[in-house]
This record gives sequence, C-alpha cells and structure tokens, in this order.
Amino acid sequence: MTLPLLSLLIWLPIIGGSSLLLFKKESLAGWVRGFALLIALPCLGLSAYMLHAFDPTRWQMQFQETHTWIPNLNIYYALGIDGFSAPLIALSCFMTLLVILASYRSVKVRVAEYLAAFLIMQGLMCGVFSALDAVLFYSFWEAMLIPMFLIIGIWGGANRLYATMKFFLYTFLGSVLLLVVIIYLQILARQTPGIDPSATFNILTYHQLSLSLIAQKWVFLGLLIAFAVKVPMWPVHTWLPDAHVEAPTGGSVILAAILLKMGGYGFIRFILPIVPNASQAFASGMVSLSLIAIVYIAMIAIVQKDMKKLIAYSSISHMGVVTLGFFTVFSIVQRSGSESGAVMSLQGAMVQMISHGLVSAALFFSIGILYDRLHTRLVNDYGGVAHVMPVFATFFMLFVLANIGMPGTAGFVGEFLIIVSAFKANIWYAAGAATILILGASYTLWMYKQVIFGAVFQPRISALKDIQGTEIVLLLLLAIPILTLGFWPAPLLEMFKASSEHLVGQILQSKI
Amino acid sequence: MLSSKLSCVYPEIWLFCLSCLALMTDLYLKRWAKWTTYFVSQAALVGVMFFAFGLIGKKPSVLFYNAFIMDDIAALLKFMIAGIGFFVCMYSRKFVFESPHYRGEYFVLCLFSILGMLVLVSARSFLSLYLGIELFALPLYALITMLKDDSIGPEAAMKYFIMGALASGLMLYGISLVYGITGSFAMPEIATILFQNPALHANPALLFGVVFIVAGFAFKFGAVPFHMWLPDVYEGSSIAVTLFLGTLPKLAAFGFAIRLFSDTFLALAGYWQGLLMVMAVLSLLIGNVAAIAQTNLKRMLGYSTIAHMGFLFLGLLAAPQQGYVAALNYIIVYTLMALGVFGILTALSRSEYEIQNIHDLKGLGVRYPWIAFLLMMLLFSLAGIPPFAGFYAKLFVLDVLMKAGHMGLAIPAVLLTVVGVFYYLRVVRVMFFEVSDAQPVHAYRIISKPGVALLSLNSLAILMLGIFPTPLFNVCSGVFAWR
Repeated sequence: MTLPLLSLLIWLPIIGGSSLLLFKKESLAGWVRGFALLIALPCLGLSAYMLHAFDPTRWQMQFQETHTWIPNLNIYYALGIDGFSAPLIALSCFMTLLVILASYRSVKVRVAEYLAAFLIMQGLMCGVFSALDAVLFYSFWEAMLIPMFLIIGIWGGANRLYATMKFFLYTFLGSVLLLVVIIYLQILARQTPGIDPSATFNILTYHQLSLSLIAQKWVFLGLLIAFAVKVPMWPVHTWLPDAHVEAPTGGSVILAAILLKMGGYGFIRFILPIVPNASQAFASGMVSLSLIAIVYIAMIAIVQKDMKKLIAYSSISHMGVVTLGFFTVFSIVQRSGSESGAVMSLQGAMVQMISHGLVSAALFFSIGILYDRLHTRLVNDYGGVAHVMPVFATFFMLFVLANIGMPGTAGFVGEFLIIVSAFKANIWYAAGAATILILGASYTLWMYKQVIFGAVFQPRISALKDIQGTEIVLLLLLAIPILTLGFWPAPLLEMFKASSEHLVGQILQSKI
Repeated sequence: MLSSKLSCVYPEIWLFCLSCLALMTDLYLKRWAKWTTYFVSQAALVGVMFFAFGLIGKKPSVLFYNAFIMDDIAALLKFMIAGIGFFVCMYSRKFVFESPHYRGEYFVLCLFSILGMLVLVSARSFLSLYLGIELFALPLYALITMLKDDSIGPEAAMKYFIMGALASGLMLYGISLVYGITGSFAMPEIATILFQNPALHANPALLFGVVFIVAGFAFKFGAVPFHMWLPDVYEGSSIAVTLFLGTLPKLAAFGFAIRLFSDTFLALAGYWQGLLMVMAVLSLLIGNVAAIAQTNLKRMLGYSTIAHMGFLFLGLLAAPQQGYVAALNYIIVYTLMALGVFGILTALSRSEYEIQNIHDLKGLGVRYPWIAFLLMMLLFSLAGIPPFAGFYAKLFVLDVLMKAGHMGLAIPAVLLTVVGVFYYLRVVRVMFFEVSDAQPVHAYRIISKPGVALLSLNSLAILMLGIFPTPLFNVCSGVFAWR
C-alpha cells in the first residue's frame, strides 16, 4: 500500500489543529505554539516530498486516492493532483508555517484557538486543491469560510464585524451557484452515454461532457460568480479591502496568498476545461474585466493612505493579470495559431499566482511587523523607519521591488510571460497589462518612500527596535523563494508545463 | 394471527398506559411526584422506542378495519419521535423542575401529544388521521400556557387554538368533500378510485377538497401562508415548550405528508405539486427574509423553521420516490439540529431568566466556550454549510429537485439560503465577536457535566452525520424501499 500522501496533508493539520483546542489555558501558550509547529513542519516536509515525487512530465492526476463516500449519489472521496495544484498545496503548507512563526510575536490572546483555526484552514486548503470529486471540492471550499470567518471576527481590527460578515456573505453568495452547477453537470453526466456511471460527480468527468453553447454560457456564468468573487475580479472585489484591513496579519497573509488563488484555481480546474466554448465567447469580456482590474484598481491603490488597503488593492490588480493570462489564450491561438504562446500565457498566469502568493504575503508580514510596534497602518504615521530598522528596511525593499515586478524577483517572471504572450493576442491587451508595471511602481514605491525614508519626525519612531529572532527568520524564509524563483523559475515553469499543454488542448477542442 | 397483529400497536398501547400512570403518580404521590412522573414518562418513551424498533423491517400490516397501518415509515417515524421526545424531556427536566409554575402535567401532556403523533403517522383512513391530529394538537394548546405566568403565553395559546381550530375545520370540510366524491374515508380506496377514474381529476369539488386538506396540513407544518401563528407561539411559550414544539411536530407532520400525498392523492400529483411549489417558495422567501428583522431569538428560530419547511416541501414535491427519501432525510436532520439548538437554549435558561433575545447570548463564547462552540456548529449546520449534516440534507433535496427538472426552483432556493446565512451568522457574531468588557448581564445556568455530554453528543452527531451522511440516507431509502 502506498502512503496516502494527500489525505495526510489534509487530515494531519485538521486533526492536529482540533486537538490544540484542548489546551486553552493562556499559560500553555508556549507549548501550544511548539505543538503547532510540530504539526506544520511535517506537513511542509510531506509537501516537499510530494513536489519531489511528483512527475512534472505527465499531465495526468497523480497520487490519486479514491474511496466510496456517499454511494447513493456516486459521490467519492477522490483526491489527486496535477501540475497546477501541487505547487499551490506546497504554498499553503509553507504559508501556514510562516503564520505560526509570526504568531510568536503578534498574537497574545486565545493563542490555541488562533493556531487551531489556521491549521484547520491549512488542511481544508489542501483539500480544495486536491479534491477531484465536485462535492468534496465544494465541501472543502465552503468549510474553509468558517475558520476564516472566525479569524477575522475574533482577532480582527476595529471594524471586524462588518468586514467578516461581508466576507462570508459575499463568498457564500458566489459559491451557492457553484453547487447548482455541480448538480446540473452531474445530472447531465448521468444522461450522457459513454460516461462512467460511477463517476458522475467527478470533476474530470465534467471535462469530457459535451454541452450546447447556451448551456455552456449558463454554466459559465454560474461558475464565474463563484470564482470571480474569490479572485476577486472587478466589480465583485469590494469585500477584499475590508477583509484584508480588518483581518489579523496571519489572516491577511492566508487570504492574499492562498484564498485568492482558489479563484484562479477554479478557473483552470472548472471554467476553462468544462465550458471552453463559452469561455471563448466571453473571452473578450473577461479580458476587459481583467484590464479594468489592472488599471482602475491600481489607480485606486495610488490614493490609499492605509498600507494594508494599498496592498489589498494591489492584490486585486495583480490577480487581474492572472485572469488576463487565462483568457488571452483564445485570441493568442486565433491570432498567431500557435499553441505554445497559449501555453506560455497559462504558465505565466500560474507563476504569477505563486509569486503573488509569496510577495503579497511578504508585504503583509512586513506591515504586520510595523503594526505590532506602532499599532497604526497609516502611511502618514511613519517616516524615516530606515534609520532605526535598517535590516527590516532592506527586506521590505526587496518585497516592494518584487511587487513592482523587478527582474530578478519572482514578481517579474509571471508578469513578463503574460505581457509577452498578450502581445501575440492584441497589442492593446499587452499595453493595458503593462501599465501594472508603472502604476504598481508608483503606489508601492510611494508607500516605501513615505514609510521608510525621510527624517525621523516622531519620537515613537526613533524608539522603534529593529527586527530580530523569529522575525528575521520569517522574512528570510520569504526572501529566499522570491529571489530563487526570480533567478531560476525553470523548475516551476516545468511543473506547470505538461498540465498547461493539456489544458490548452482541452480548451481548443470544441465541446458542442 | 391476532397477537402478531396486535404487536403492531404495542407502541401506542404502552404509551397510553404509561401516560395514564404518569398522570396518576403525579396526582397521588406527593413527595417524589416530580421524579416518578419524569421517570415514568421516560420509561414510556423508551418502551415506544423499543417496540417501534422491533417493528422496523417487518411486512406492512393493516389493522382496525383499514384505519391503521404499520409499515417501515411509520415504525421509523415512531422510533424517531419517541427518541427525540426522550431527549426533549431530558433537556427540559431541570428547567421544568425548577420553574415556580411547575406542574406534573407538563410531562403528561407531552406524552399525550406524542401519542397523537404516533396515531397520525400510522393513519390509514381520514378518521384516524383526524383523530391523530387532534390528539397531538390539543395538549399543545395547554402546554403553551404552562410554566409561565405572563400574558404572552395565553395570547399565543389562544392564537394557536383559534387558528388550529380553523385549520381543523377546513380540513374536515375538505375530507367531507373528498368523501362526497369518492364515497370513502380509507386512503387506499380513495387512491384506487382516483387512479381508475381520471375523469374525476377535474372535478372542482374534489380539487377543493384537496386544497382544504393541504391547507390544514400546511397549517400544522407552519408553511406560508398558514404560518402566522408559528413565530408568536415560539416566542410566547416557555423555552421548554418551544423545545417540544420546534422538534417533534415536524416529524409527525412528515408522516402526515406521506399519508396524504403518497398514499392518498398520488394520482393528483400534478395538482398538489403546484400547491407545494408555491408554498415552498413563499416559505423560503418569507421565512428567511422575516428572520433577518428579528431581535428575539425564539422568533428568529421560528421564522427559520418556516424557511426549512419550504426546503422540505421542495423535497416532497420533487419526485414520488427519491423525493420522499431526501425529504425524510432532511426532516430527521433538521429535527436533530433544532433539538440541539433549543436544547442548548433550554439548558442555559433559568426560570427567572429565559434566553429570549439574541443579545442574551453576548459573550457566551467567553463564558462557555464549549457550549458556544456546539451552538455554532448547529447554527452553521442550519445555515447549510459543509461539513455539517444540514448541508448534505440540502444537497440531497437539491439533487432530486433538479433531477425532476425543477431548475427554476433550485436557484431561488439556494439564493435564499444565502439570506438565511446572515441571521445565523449574526448569532455566532454575538456569541464570539461582541465581547463586552462589562460583567455579563445575565447569568446563565451552570450546565451539569452529563448535560454537557448530552448536548455534545447531539451536536457532534450533526458533524458526524455530515462527514458520513450515508448511513442515515440508507435508513431513509430503506423505509421507502418496499413501495
């Protein structure tokens, strides 16, 4: 019997996290943190082993596990990963570990519950990325809202009640239609001859279904609402700034690094392969929405005074690049007729997801470090931090440059690939996408200048202490992959290659 | 043969005898009256569970000149009713005993009402159906005024009584119309006549009769537009009585629905499906939207019940066979959730201070983290969020509904669920997020260890039924297998 790797990645943190709830005494906080690390580290090890054992030359699902779950409805506990999901699982495990590290300094109340919530989240996130059964996927997808709701609501900032309700209702509204679509596709699969009748809820079965264009369009819209809210795309993005600002640092990190990626993952796992014709029909609209997100949201980011809000808007803008990468595929093939350009665009979008996960998390951690010291997030309350926190300023500089998409950092690779492939589609798409480099630089550098440079004008800033201990470890752990991926993105690209090629093949095959 | 046939009514006979015994002990035993009444009641319910369990899986048998049927569905519902009744009595015991208005009749009335439910779910003719309904409703009118001495209780009871009498009248009128057309009270006979004479289907008198009977049925369920009494009664009665009202009658009404729609009027499915459709959508709409505006927790749960009944109707109307299975699964899960929620509220209430308003739960997450956590799980389950049983129950209903081609009903149903999430989350928010610095205003009751264990069992069952929904679903489809 082989090791049930994916099940371990899902259930080890969920069971471990739940058992943390037994140690609620505040005096045990130190032990609880240690125990949480003891759960998170093996998970990271397992995910590293998973990446190592994963065969990137195959697009097929790997590490598959299938067990009967609800036989009456042909619902299975079916897990498996391909090149798209494997790095996202590793990213989830990595981020949770960092959040636990960061909690050493920043979380003082209800430590056990805080860490338990994040560990349970980690298990659920791995579940979302590895579920092959649609109901299983939906279960993980929705269940994840509960810990996030509590994280924002209990440990959040002043306006947390509003933010957490908005977060929950927005995302829940999006996903109920996903449920209807899942059931609809399942009924269709039952009626289609030649489909394995025991796999009617399997996502891979949905990939083979042929659908009329009009049905595809409805399915597209139902799925789009679910995933567009999660990405989030303009104009359903308004929950994100509120949630980001009010969430505790760890919550913002997981939101930005993983939760937003689930929207993107939904596009490549559901929308593009299940309804390719409708995707093609709506592609120009989706590209427009992405461009609006890139340009308009970046302009909103420029006027923000709150650092977290600024990064939140920057996240929306960067995720716009991702959705642009997904939907330019159609016009690339139409214009140039080359599939390799489309593959590059998809690879770029996936790299952008990973790199944005790392970079936005790094920025939120950095802002969290400042917030822990001064308890304000307003840009104007800072100034001259470089004089008192030189080590921090150096790390922050790196992350800010990565956010702009400086060559040599992870942020550059994805954006470059997407812009280059967008040129093959339409020069205006590329021009629009390229503004992110300018606009991104303007708001991020402005923030950096205001916060880090200048004279120290307040006594409380001159009293700041530089980062030390776990904080340095934390930022170092983020800086290493950001630089590594910037200089040597080949392994990551290789990871996405086979799956992207397969997906492009699926997209180009008409399902009508 | 007689003895084996009689064993089918053992649950009713046993319950009737022990109810009378409980009444007597309460009258004549002065010193230990409370405890003996309680234990006799519990013994009565355990006995019913025992007998009913023995009847599951047997061949259906008909007794009393075609007036009474004992089949799997009746046996399962009887088992569930007695089992949940057992929990209701346990949850409410402390509260009831400590109440200054304690009367031993509380348990006796509960038992008689349960007896009515048992008769109702086994009804094979309109006479026994009506007998069951009245026997189950009459004790409730008295129960609602019990354990309190304010004016809201009698007002609620009065309202319930008058509306209930009206509904009974409507139903009797409908029964008489159906009798006039078909010449029979017996359900299978009516069903055969309707199947054999399609010409009757357009008979306006018959259709009026069906509409009146369905109206009476909707009243018992509390479905819109016959729901007006429900929030008032939930609010007006003592929390221990709300616990009873919020759980058991739903199971009984499901039995009513099966007898009515599947056993009697199956030939007219096209007509009553339309009626149920309208009531389902209206219940979902009004239940969910009105619940938002409530500050009283019991009222809010009342409106949430109405919304859940709408979902149940969706299951009932979807398809004859799988629809009933999904609906049965839904109602069992719903009853368990309601049992947990009202059970926790009852356990936290004291006779001097009952949990009434949502803000009474403020800071519960700090004072009783475990109880608050259990309540949170139940609320998320009611809201229909995985991995709790409430979600999978909804999934099964939506699945049969869409398989039957009612896409246009599934979409409003799920969208209104989102509205529902809002008010359930509001309770979670009050419990966990709104922590006041001031001392808690209201002192909750300290729940005993066994009490906590029971409530935990109840709530964790909801989690387990969510992670493993198959066993319950198999039981539900098993009882419909022979049809």
